[in-house]
Amino acid sequence: MKSIIAAAAALSLLVAPAVAEQSVKIGFVTTLSGPAGVIGKHMKDASTLALDMLGGKIGGLPATIVYGDDQFKPDVGRQVSEEMLQRDKVDFMTGFIWSNVLLASYQPIIRSGVILIGANAGPHELAGAMCASNYFSASWQNDQTPEAMGKFMNDQKMNDVYLMAPDYAAGKDMVNGFKRYFKGKVAAEVYTKPGQSDYQVEISQIRQAAPKALFIFLPGGMGIQFVKQYAQSGLRDQIPLYSAFTVDETTLPAIGDAAAGNYEVSFWSPDLDNPRNKQFVAAFRAKYHYMPSYYAAQSFDAINMIDAAVKAVKGNLADKQGMIAAIDKADFPSVRGAFKYGPNHFPIENFYLLKIVKDADGEYVRKIQSTIFADHADAYASECKMK
Amino acid sequence: MQDEVAFGGGLLNLLPRPMGAAMTAVLEQLLNGAQFGVMLFLMAAGLTLIFGIMNLINLAHGSLYMAGAYVAAATFAASGSFLLALLAALAAAVALGAAIEIVVFRTLYDREHLDQVLATFGLILFFNELVRMIWGATALYMQVPAFLAGHVELLSGSPYPTYRLAVIGAGLAVALLLHLLIARTRIGMLIRAGASNRAMVDALGVNVTLLYTLVFALGAALAAFAGAMAGPIFTVESGMGESVLILAFVVIVIGGIGSLRGAFVAALLVGIVDAMGRAFLRPLLASFMSHATADNAGPALASMLIYILMAAILLIRPQGLFPPRGR
Amino acid sequence: MSVARRSLVIGVSLAALAVAPAIALAAGEPFYVTLLTRIMIFAIAALSLDLILGYGGLVSFGHAAYLGIGAYAVGILAFHGITSGPLQFAVAILASAAAAAMIGAVSLRTSGVYFIMITLAFAQMLYFLAESLNIYGGDDGLNITQPSNFGRLVDLGDPATLYYVVLAVLLVLLLLTRQLINSRFGLLVQGVKSNERRMAALGFPTFRYKLAAFILSGTICGLAGALFANLTLFCSPAIMHWTRSGEIMMMVILGGMGSLFGPVLGAALYLLLETLLSGATEHWQAILGPILVLVVLFSRSGFFGMLTGERTTRGRADG
Repeated sequence: MKSIIAAAAALSLLVAPAVAEQSVKIGFVTTLSGPAGVIGKHMKDASTLALDMLGGKIGGLPATIVYGDDQFKPDVGRQVSEEMLQRDKVDFMTGFIWSNVLLASYQPIIRSGVILIGANAGPHELAGAMCASNYFSASWQNDQTPEAMGKFMNDQKMNDVYLMAPDYAAGKDMVNGFKRYFKGKVAAEVYTKPGQSDYQVEISQIRQAAPKALFIFLPGGMGIQFVKQYAQSGLRDQIPLYSAFTVDETTLPAIGDAAAGNYEVSFWSPDLDNPRNKQFVAAFRAKYHYMPSYYAAQSFDAINMIDAAVKAVKGNLADKQGMIAAIDKADFPSVRGAFKYGPNHFPIENFYLLKIVKDADGEYVRKIQSTIFADHADAYASECKMK
Repeated sequence: MQDEVAFGGGLLNLLPRPMGAAMTAVLEQLLNGAQFGVMLFLMAAGLTLIFGIMNLINLAHGSLYMAGAYVAAATFAASGSFLLALLAALAAAVALGAAIEIVVFRTLYDREHLDQVLATFGLILFFNELVRMIWGATALYMQVPAFLAGHVELLSGSPYPTYRLAVIGAGLAVALLLHLLIARTRIGMLIRAGASNRAMVDALGVNVTLLYTLVFALGAALAAFAGAMAGPIFTVESGMGESVLILAFVVIVIGGIGSLRGAFVAALLVGIVDAMGRAFLRPLLASFMSHATADNAGPALASMLIYILMAAILLIRPQGLFPPRGR
Repeated sequence: MSVARRSLVIGVSLAALAVAPAIALAAGEPFYVTLLTRIMIFAIAALSLDLILGYGGLVSFGHAAYLGIGAYAVGILAFHGITSGPLQFAVAILASAAAAAMIGAVSLRTSGVYFIMITLAFAQMLYFLAESLNIYGGDDGLNITQPSNFGRLVDLGDPATLYYVVLAVLLVLLLLTRQLINSRFGLLVQGVKSNERRMAALGFPTFRYKLAAFILSGTICGLAGALFANLTLFCSPAIMHWTRSGEIMMMVILGGMGSLFGPVLGAALYLLLETLLSGATEHWQAILGPILVLVVLFSRSGFFGMLTGERTTRGRADG
């Protein structure tokens, strides 16, 4: 056995590349195929743009981003993440659209000590009991955004609202967030299959229930299908539709008229008025010729957060604590404007009411109407006992 | 179908209000089920003919459905003509179907079923990747054609999407045409003969090779027609054929392999059971158990329902509802 | 001659498996240890299917169900804080045996395509059942915080240890199944496959033999599932998806069914091709697909047959 190991060691010297000058490798897990592939495209384009604008360097070191396709499947996401950790030996992990994919991949990443920056999903478990020092969210905790819609609809004195979301980790968070601030009567809570594309059966049920309003969370392809089918069924004129993470820049090109005048909520919008955001939106549109979404904004921020962290430790990637402390300060130019991190490494930030309107070019865009929450923290921070 | 609904509407006016509401709910879900059912039938018809006549398990049948959807979506987006999109989808699928029949399947007819499964599984992988290479990995969305957009007021206060009614109508029309083709024409007679006794067709001096290619092209056209009509209802994406394929297999097994009539009955049965299960199982369970349990068990049971149906039918009738004769 | 070649193929494969982790770890590439462990676990699953598919002519299109039962037995017990390895594996084996007994008792009343579809139906039911178990994560899956506990001696959390444990299980199963197919029971099952009516006429209770083989196969696959849970430390309904059943069947056919070692090679070939091709090109399925078609068109006895030059005992599995 000893001789085998010796032989293997000798072989490995031949195989292993000479230690190159230090570089940064970032693993980026997102969905690049299927109905949610368009979301992955926004995220991939934005992170590529961020790295380009940094001159291809992270904290002054040459950097690459490795992209992996999770196919919107938790088991695939976990396998892809483990491959990035073991085979590609990445220094950072980011991306993650889906809460269930993030929850499945979380454990091996956190245990490896690699710093993880969630660029979309924010399941409540990770903001509370399962929080970790090497995990940050560049986006929001799931409940926060629907909380804003719950507050808006509550302030409008709406009653008898029908709730619908996909049956996976984030779906329940969204409904819980909505109900935290909406005090009127909830007509029903319906959970559909993740990735479902035909909603006729559910639409017939909504018609029978005849609620006063409908609130949905159906991101990506699910939202495209539902909103179009809802309009075709003739219900749109009878029961108004409100949504979160559903009618956005990834889905509007396919939805079109079927969502004109709808309301949405978000922590960010392309028309958010600050210099960094103007720079980002202009650069993004110049390079890719389409309007960036919040998925793009978060991915752009995630890469810039990593850059700030590596700068703070002067390229010493072994100094994990130094990098964590740097990220915690949120001291980088964010497209959402200045924000702070809570004790659970989730942002404390503003949430806005948005309306779907046509812009000067005749394209549908999301436009900020008002601020619903200023410096809004999530509901789970107190459950986080971070070492 | 229209008559039935009108009758239902007339009857409804005589009923007390809550009862009427419950009945519109059932009718609407029946339509949803019928719409899904006719699409399953279009898939299952080709599958059961190919299986019944050539004794070939063709997993790649779903790829023809996918090809139909992609070609239709792309043609519709480019030309704006739904009719042209349908024709393009049919033409592409017939050409593709005939091509794979000639290149791959002719060597497979004498092989074991497992060889056919492996080879056609290989074809699935290839075609799924091919559409990604041509149209990209992200899904396509096909609009409902303008002349079928909107909805029809079937019952007062209960509009139903026009496009879905058109799908039901088109599916039933194709089923009728198929029935006439099989029952009334010479080709149909040969197909029927082939399904029950292949050796006899051989003995009649019929060009069996050509007959096989024809049946295959017919099956491909039906699958592509289903795919093109499914475009505006489902998302057009790589791999979309497989989930439908599995259900189409369920349909032909319930109906009895080789039986078109069986496939028709089974397809409607599966479609309606699926829609009813998704719509009413949860509220039904909630009426006698806790809401939390019902929320959990309802959707699960609804998803299992058609498989439970299949297992139950096979236990009572091991060869399906309409077992093939002459075998 | 052929026997020598056969021994050579098997010997070389096993020797390579024995030294592989040392090389991979020394080279600082733990990824390959994980990959090989994965391959061997699927080899066990494929082997279990070959027992009834290759030797019994029973085309089960729902074998992923047992993989799932084994994995969920480990996951659910761990979720409730029961991490004892012997207990977890005992439950995994018993549960998959019980499930195989029930599914087999019903399915074996049918034959041919109807048998394929009814085994698929049961696997789908279990898949949707797992999806509905919200307490265990439902569709999102279940994280397993620590591997099965076999005391201080065997730490399955260590990749190399897990690797050798899986290798040992695979070797033992290869030897046992080899004994089994040459035993009276094995010969009877093969007899049932080639002519069930004659066996029944001779007074053999053919149903019982088929059922016993079916249960044994499901049980071995359940064991593979328990090992799989320890490798991934995660289980989700996806493990029971029908495409997984299809993959296991592909491995058996690709490697050469009815040869016991063929499925092991099939699993290796399938997963290695997948890893290599997907590393080389995004469009790897466009290459893997035609390879599968060509294997069928030009090789009638699978990969193992090509290497050994034997025609394996691939009879008519009348599907």
